[in-house]
Amino acid sequence: MLNEPMTRRDQMRRRRRTAKLMAQYEKFSPEHLDALQAGLKYVPHAMAIGLKVLDIKPSRCRMSIPYDRNFIGNVENGVIHGGVITTLLDTTCGLAVQLAMEETTAIATLDLRIDYMKPATPGLGLIAHATCFKATRNIAFVRGTAYHMDEADPIAASVGTFMIGSNRIPPDKITELVKDVPENIALLSG
Amino acid sequence: MTGLPSPDIDAFLKAIPYARFLGMSALREDGKLITKLHFDRSLIGNPLLPALHGGAIGGFLEMTAIAQLVLETGIALPPKPVSITVEYLRSGKPVDSYATAQITKQGRRVVNVSVEAWQDDRLKPIAAAHGHFLLRQADDSA
Repeated sequence: MLNEPMTRRDQMRRRRRTAKLMAQYEKFSPEHLDALQAGLKYVPHAMAIGLKVLDIKPSRCRMSIPYDRNFIGNVENGVIHGGVITTLLDTTCGLAVQLAMEETTAIATLDLRIDYMKPATPGLGLIAHATCFKATRNIAFVRGTAYHMDEADPIAASVGTFMIGSNRIPPDKITELVKDVPENIALLSG
Repeated sequence: MTGLPSPDIDAFLKAIPYARFLGMSALREDGKLITKLHFDRSLIGNPLLPALHGGAIGGFLEMTAIAQLVLETGIALPPKPVSITVEYLRSGKPVDSYATAQITKQGRRVVNVSVEAWQDDRLKPIAAAHGHFLLRQADDSA
């Protein structure tokens, strides 16, 4: 049995598996992380708040923002505004959805609920960790947490749903648009 | 309202760094508070469409809810957000946006607010949000 020659079908199957692994490796490699980070400079609001991609895995990722005086929502104590946390979580959740997809598709946030557990500490940056725990053909479901250092001590938590294939641009226009922009930005758009 | 002096919301927004960062101002229409998010390139989240960043829209809605609470309740301290749910209805075009908030229910400690944002057509909202906020007393240190 073991020494039986591989059938054509087996060979095809093996080739397909290898190709899939290669694609997976490329998608989650350190090189791709760097490319994603570089792509962020084409997303103006991501630049404005200083978003960074920390790590990427299948269906999940981490992003961060620094502490910035522009983010202050309460002048008396310097605590940042919830809106900045919304932006961080929205973008991180969106990237987690993209990382759950076999190929990059246009996605759109349908809804996003944020629970604020405690005020962020003035002076400290924030990290968000998001997981896309289910993706159907049309909808993706995501959970996220924002924290300073310890994920078990969250500042905020979120649940969101995203629409998959929300493409409102004709394919030929996309090709034209991405000519001078890296295709990665589709993954990072918020 | 309760006869309390209505705070100058535009000055209130200008005093908050994040509201300034987004580019918000306040208007009055038939006595109702309307906030405005002035379009700026830095608000773009999707350069391909282009569209406003969902987070910037969320922050704008949350800030509008806070402004409405400060105006209507006359509280000394800005309310603390407990939870907010943002529904994205249409992509935000690269133009000015407007929002208005309504207090749905005011309890002793928690208030429920709903907010809606639109751009050139008021009947075509781009996003809606519902949130709970904790009212703080002046002696409340938390």
